[in-house]
Amino acid sequence: MGSKLLLDKVHIENIRSYDVYRREGGYRSVEKAIRSMNPVAVMEEVKKSGLRGRGGAGFPTGMKWSFLAKPEGVPRYLVCNADESEPGTFKDRYLMEFIPHLLIEGLIVSSYAIGSNRTYIYIRGEFKWIIDILEQAITEAKNNGWLGKNILGSGFDCEIYVHSGAGAYICGEETALLESLEGKRGNPRIKPPFPAVRGLWDCPTVVNNVETIAAVVPIINDGGDNYAKIGTGKSTGTKLISSCGNIKKPGVYEIEMSISVEEFIYSDEYCGGIANGRRLKACIPGGSSVPILPANLLLKTAKGDSRMMTYESLADGGFQSGSMMGSGGFIVLDEDQCVVRHTYTLARFYRHESCGQCSPCREGTGWMEKILLNIENGKGKMSDIDLLWDIQRKIEGNTICPLGDAAAWPVAAAIRHFRDEFEWHITNPDDAQRRNYGLANYAEPLKVVAV
Amino acid sequence: MAEEIKKEAPANFKPDSYRVTIDNITIEVPPGTTILNAARQIGGDVTPPAMCYYSKLQGSGGKCRTCLVEVAAGSNADPRPMPKLVASCRTNVMDGMVVKNITSEKVLEARAAVVEFLLINHPLDCPICDQAGECHLQDLGYDHGKEGTRYEFRRRTFEKEDIGPYIQLHMTRCILCYRCTYVADQLTDRRVHGILDRGDQAEISTYISKAIDNDFSGNMIDVCPVGALTDRTFRFKNRVWFTRPIDAHRDCDKCCGKVTLWNRGDEVLRVTVRKDPWGEVQSYDGKPGWICNTCRFDKKHINDWVIEGPTRINRHSVISQGHYLGFKKPQETISEVMGGRHPKLMMDIHSISDVNIVDISQLPGPATSNTFEKDLNGVNIGMGTNTGEKD
Ligand SMILES: Cc1cc2nc3c(=O)[nH]c(=O)nc-3n(C[C@H](O)[C@H](O)[C@H](O)COP(=O)(O)O)c2cc1C
Ligand code: SF4
Ligand code: SF4
Ligand code: FES
Repeated sequence: MGSKLLLDKVHIENIRSYDVYRREGGYRSVEKAIRSMNPVAVMEEVKKSGLRGRGGAGFPTGMKWSFLAKPEGVPRYLVCNADESEPGTFKDRYLMEFIPHLLIEGLIVSSYAIGSNRTYIYIRGEFKWIIDILEQAITEAKNNGWLGKNILGSGFDCEIYVHSGAGAYICGEETALLESLEGKRGNPRIKPPFPAVRGLWDCPTVVNNVETIAAVVPIINDGGDNYAKIGTGKSTGTKLISSCGNIKKPGVYEIEMSISVEEFIYSDEYCGGIANGRRLKACIPGGSSVPILPANLLLKTAKGDSRMMTYESLADGGFQSGSMMGSGGFIVLDEDQCVVRHTYTLARFYRHESCGQCSPCREGTGWMEKILLNIENGKGKMSDIDLLWDIQRKIEGNTICPLGDAAAWPVAAAIRHFRDEFEWHITNPDDAQRRNYGLANYAEPLKVVAV
Repeated sequence: MAEEIKKEAPANFKPDSYRVTIDNITIEVPPGTTILNAARQIGGDVTPPAMCYYSKLQGSGGKCRTCLVEVAAGSNADPRPMPKLVASCRTNVMDGMVVKNITSEKVLEARAAVVEFLLINHPLDCPICDQAGECHLQDLGYDHGKEGTRYEFRRRTFEKEDIGPYIQLHMTRCILCYRCTYVADQLTDRRVHGILDRGDQAEISTYISKAIDNDFSGNMIDVCPVGALTDRTFRFKNRVWFTRPIDAHRDCDKCCGKVTLWNRGDEVLRVTVRKDPWGEVQSYDGKPGWICNTCRFDKKHINDWVIEGPTRINRHSVISQGHYLGFKKPQETISEVMGGRHPKLMMDIHSISDVNIVDISQLPGPATSNTFEKDLNGVNIGMGTNTGEKD
């Protein structure tokens, strides 16, 4: 069984309360950091750990912190991105709901490293009950001297505020989040300038995911080097995977980034295999925005190596034959699922969530949704497939924020790998209303090595 | 990200001008200039079209994506190309930067795609739109779009809405450039309209249709690149190309008082700001010449104004077809192009079009069918008989 760094204590009764959390060794990292390390040393430790952002992009966290501009007399901010709205991703919610003090502890240490005296948690509005949990945890931490003025007599002041979103996926994009936090419409900003230079209220700001911040706790407790020993290559440490779909045991799993995709899906320790005796057809390994992969490319890379649950291996083959780790939302589709319908559902989501600032995303997402609905309803034309391909290609890379790409990639990957299923929908419109295309040849071994 | 932040932070050495090459033309511009503004200094085809950027409105730009260009080399210090096309209106030049606009296939393709995206839900109601003739979307479609449409669905529509006594909002035509919200933020004392909803449902709206009455709100009409915000006092009065633009001014205690009058004869049909070659409001001593609502909506008598003279209109604009300012018809061109020969099948437009026998800009009032009356020999007798008071 792999080691657990974040969720190892989550099963302990009442771990949500301060007393139990503290009794189990909580807030040690704050003591260690503030008593025996200076902020630079904390940052160095995070750099050594090789921790990469868990919000989706996988950017090295220590490096992100070191980019922070530090002009004299200007406050710096740490903002925790708890807007988790990506379909298929529900790990942050689990962490905050069951072990909220871990996040608060991580935030205090990270704030110390960055020099943030006012730290914000921007939380998805639908998580109403978690807001209460977090605020309770903050109050407890404050009552016990971990927050407020002059923490542990060090002269370091820190307050944490919880700010609720109002139901927009786009507010998870870091600059839209900052706009929303400032009380404005949640439109992504045009970059550069990056938040590290001009973020919240034009001050240097770091935005980090909940899981990223939580991982700082074991890194400080055990040392960055020890953290880096877990995992493979540049994928160090453990990762929370929220797995869902047609598997026997959906849920949030903490994995070491050294197991294979096959083990993750089929071993009883994790997903427990495909439910109801069906067979694996496809999987979106990193949340709805990343490319879908058919079973054969999911378990093995195009080169024939087994695919691992790491940033590098999941991306092996680029978009031709690979995907991405993304936010760790692992969505499994069995042979009874329809890829066209599934792609339509995603397209509808992105159409609904586009902020509407840039023309390609605003207009293109709606257009793709309409075409996909036609195909799904048996009214599609062969030329629609090429049209879809063309539209997604013209959205990708031409927009302000990555939501445009996130809307384009799922459509592109579905057409790239499941074109025959789209064609079948068009040539057999009546059949397609009654039954699914099934497994077809998606699980067969690759005949030719894809390039 | 690493590189970009490095670029943001100024290096120790900073020259006072940057050399940038756009479509093989090199110029020097001060640091902090955007690619678009550098290209505007060169002018002509090298300048990318801009539908949302408006140099006089802080924070504008970056949204429509028509101004995308390719950066083939980032700078002398870091000559790597940029991986994606960038919005030239919001990207600053670096020393030694090499930019491709119309010399890049990628740019032309992406731009045509943006035009297509902007048009799929556009009503294409130019024949009844007051903006026709001075609409940037028309120009954009003409210059950069493809013919035909691949869109086969119902277009998005919204109800028309009067926002205040002077402005009408045709949301169906809006391209969500956000310019009007910046005007409201930066020129008026309180913004009461904004964008509601998101994605393809996003719309401009006043807060529960609260009327915009504010001394400078009329400038929203002038910044709107399309016919989404139109002047209610001018609605359906005339096509712009039948009116005659005249520069005029008056002493105004609220604004600069420098305007363009759009006249038929001596009748002032419309008053707007004066525009520069990029379709933006002209600046005087570095200050944008926005005008107040009194000048725009209440001073509709020719005697309210001191006339300066005819407005110079770009020869390529349909408005200039009233051509009364030193316009020479390029009579020799056809035979020159044809190597001295005269095309046989050329239609004589005047023989089939009644409109063209009358110089409409010379009419004192609106044209009526009488204006085009002919005698038995086909000679126009209507011209000049129309006093504008008939009927
Ligand atoms: C449309 C969109 C939605 C996003 N939603 C989230 C989110 O819900 N939670 C999150 O942590 N990051 C989200 N991100 C990524 C953030 O922009 C940002 O990269 C991340 O918070 C950085 O934190 P990290 O470095 O710790 O990963 C989103 C990005 C995009 C483009
Ligand atoms: S890509 Fe989409 S979501 Fe992102 S800024 Fe543009 S319109 Fe908004
Ligand atoms: S109404 Fe006009 S100015 Fe305002 S956003 Fe729409 S197109 Fe732009
Ligand atoms: S003018 Fe640059 S994006 Fe609109």
